[in-house]
Amino acid sequence: MKVLVAIKRVVDYNVKIRVKADQTGVDLANVKMSMNPFDEIGVEEAIRLKEKGVVTEIIAVSVGPKETQETIRTALAMGADRGILVNTGGQDVEPLTVAKILAAIAKAEGPQLVILGKQAIDDDCNQTGQMLAQLMGWPQGTFASKVVIDGDKAEVTREVDGGLQTVCLKLPAIVTTDLRLNEPRYASLPNIMKAKKKPIDEKSPADFGVDAAPRLKVLKVSEPAKRIGGTKVKSVQELVEKLKNEAGVI
Amino acid sequence: MAVLLIAEHDNKSLKDSTSKAMTAAIALGGPVDILVAGHSVRSVADAAAKIAGASKVLLADDTQYAHQLAENMAALILELSGKYDAILTPASPSGKSYMPRVAAALDVQQISEIVSVDATDTFTRPIYAGNAMQQVQVPSGTKKVITVRPTAFKAAELSGTAAIETIGAAKGPGLSEFVREELSKSERPELAGARVVVSGGRGMQSGENFHLLEKIADRLKAAVGASRAAVDAGFVPNDYQVGQTGKIVAPELYIAVGISGAIQHLAGMKDSKVIVAINKDEEAPIFQVADYGLVADLFKAVPELDEELKKQGY
Repeated sequence: MKVLVAIKRVVDYNVKIRVKADQTGVDLANVKMSMNPFDEIGVEEAIRLKEKGVVTEIIAVSVGPKETQETIRTALAMGADRGILVNTGGQDVEPLTVAKILAAIAKAEGPQLVILGKQAIDDDCNQTGQMLAQLMGWPQGTFASKVVIDGDKAEVTREVDGGLQTVCLKLPAIVTTDLRLNEPRYASLPNIMKAKKKPIDEKSPADFGVDAAPRLKVLKVSEPAKRIGGTKVKSVQELVEKLKNEAGVI
Repeated sequence: MAVLLIAEHDNKSLKDSTSKAMTAAIALGGPVDILVAGHSVRSVADAAAKIAGASKVLLADDTQYAHQLAENMAALILELSGKYDAILTPASPSGKSYMPRVAAALDVQQISEIVSVDATDTFTRPIYAGNAMQQVQVPSGTKKVITVRPTAFKAAELSGTAAIETIGAAKGPGLSEFVREELSKSERPELAGARVVVSGGRGMQSGENFHLLEKIADRLKAAVGASRAAVDAGFVPNDYQVGQTGKIVAPELYIAVGISGAIQHLAGMKDSKVIVAINKDEEAPIFQVADYGLVADLFKAVPELDEELKKQGY
C-alpha cells in the first residue's frame, strides 16, 4: 500500500525566535529552517512500515515556498520514495488550505494511510490532519504513540489526558504523530546522495483548484508578556515562610 | 451571537475546563448553549446546567459518544451547527481532535487555543510555543470555530440553573471504534487542573527519586509533573510532561525541581501564578522566571522542604 506523509518546513526547534519590531510577524531572515519535528516522526513511521513490508511506496508532500525542496530532500534521504512540492510562492497558508491541497493529492494518489505531524511548531495550530480526515470522510488517529496495520484496519494508540487510548480505524485513514511514536533516523551519506536522484514533482495550489488566500486576518504578532523572576531565597525555611506569608499560595 | 460550547468530561464529572471556556464563550455575546455528549452523562449535564451564563444544556446520551471519538463527535456538532454563530470547546486532546473536523466541514479556518477574546471577532493565541502572540480577526459573516486554552480564562461561576434538553444522537459515521484505554491511576489531582504542581527534571536522576516529589505533592495536595528531559530519560510516563509538547499548566504554585528551564518547558508553565525553582546550577534559565529560586542540591533541599512543611502542619 501507498503512504502519503505530509511535511512542513519550519523554524528549527532550537532557534529562539524574534518578533519583528513592526509586529507583522516573526523574523525569518537568516534563520535556520528544518523539517517540523513531528513530521520527521511521521516520515520515520512510514519508513518503518515499509521496512516491515506493510507499505510499498512513500510519497513525501509539502506545501510551502520553493526552499521547501530541501525539506522534501531530507525526507527522501531518510527513505521516502518520491516527493511532491506544492509551491505557494512564499504566501502564508492556513491549515484549511493545506488540508484541501492534501485532499486533492490523496484523491489522485489513492494512499491507504496519510501520516502527518500532530502540529507544526511555528503556528501551533494542530488542525491539518483532522481537517484532511474530514474532507476525505476518513477516520483519524491523532496524537499517535503506536500504529499497527492489520489488513484493512489500523490500530492506533493515542496520547490522551491521563494515559493512552487505543482506537481501531477502517483504512484508508489519517494518523497524526506524537513524540513517543518513534525516534527518527539520521539520513546516511549514501542515502543523501541517492535522494538527489529521487523525483520531486512541483505543483501550485491552483493546480488543485485551491484558493490559497488566508481566511483570517493577522492584526499583529507581539512579544508575550515578560515574567519578572530572578528573586532568590537562601534556605528552605525562608522559601516556606515566603510562600505562606508573602505569596499566600500554601 | 448564538454560541455553542462543547463540554469536556469523562462521563462521570464535568471538567472545570468547561466553565473556563464558558468565560470565553460569554465574551462573544450570547446566548450560550452547552452540549454534553457522552454515555450515561446525566450527572455531567446537571453540573453543566449550573455554569452561570448557560441558557440551556443539550444532552446527547449515547454509547457512540462514550469515548469522544472525533468522527462521531464532529458529526453531532455539525448537525447542530446551523443554529450557531460560534462553536467553542476547551483545547483538550478530544476537543483538539474533533474541532478541526467541524471547521473543515463548515469550510472555515479554525482558531486554535485562544488565550483572550479581544473583540467578538478578534482573538489572541500563542504561536511558536508561546514565544510570540498572534492576534487574528475573523471576517464578518463567518462562523467561528474555536478551541480555548482553559488556563487563560477564569472559571465562570456555578450559580446557574439552565434547563436540560435531551437531543437525539447523530447518525454515526462508523469509521472508528474504541478498543481500550490505559489511564494512570492516581489519588492526586489531575495535572491540567491542579492548584499546585510539583515537577521534576533530569536532575532527579531516576524515576525512583520522584517519590521525593510525591511526598511534597501529598502535603500540598499537588499534582506531579515532569520536564520532557525527565520523560525522555524514562523516569516517568509521558502524561507527566509539562511543556510545549506536553500539558500546558497554570497553577497557583509551580515548583520546578532539578529542571533547567528549556524554552519547551517554560512554554508549558510560565503562566503559573507563583513559580519556585530548586536547582543546584545557579545559571539555570529556570531562575529567570522563578519568583523564588533556591540554589541547592535537590537531594538535600527536597527532604528538608518535606520536613519543614511537616513541621508547619501540612
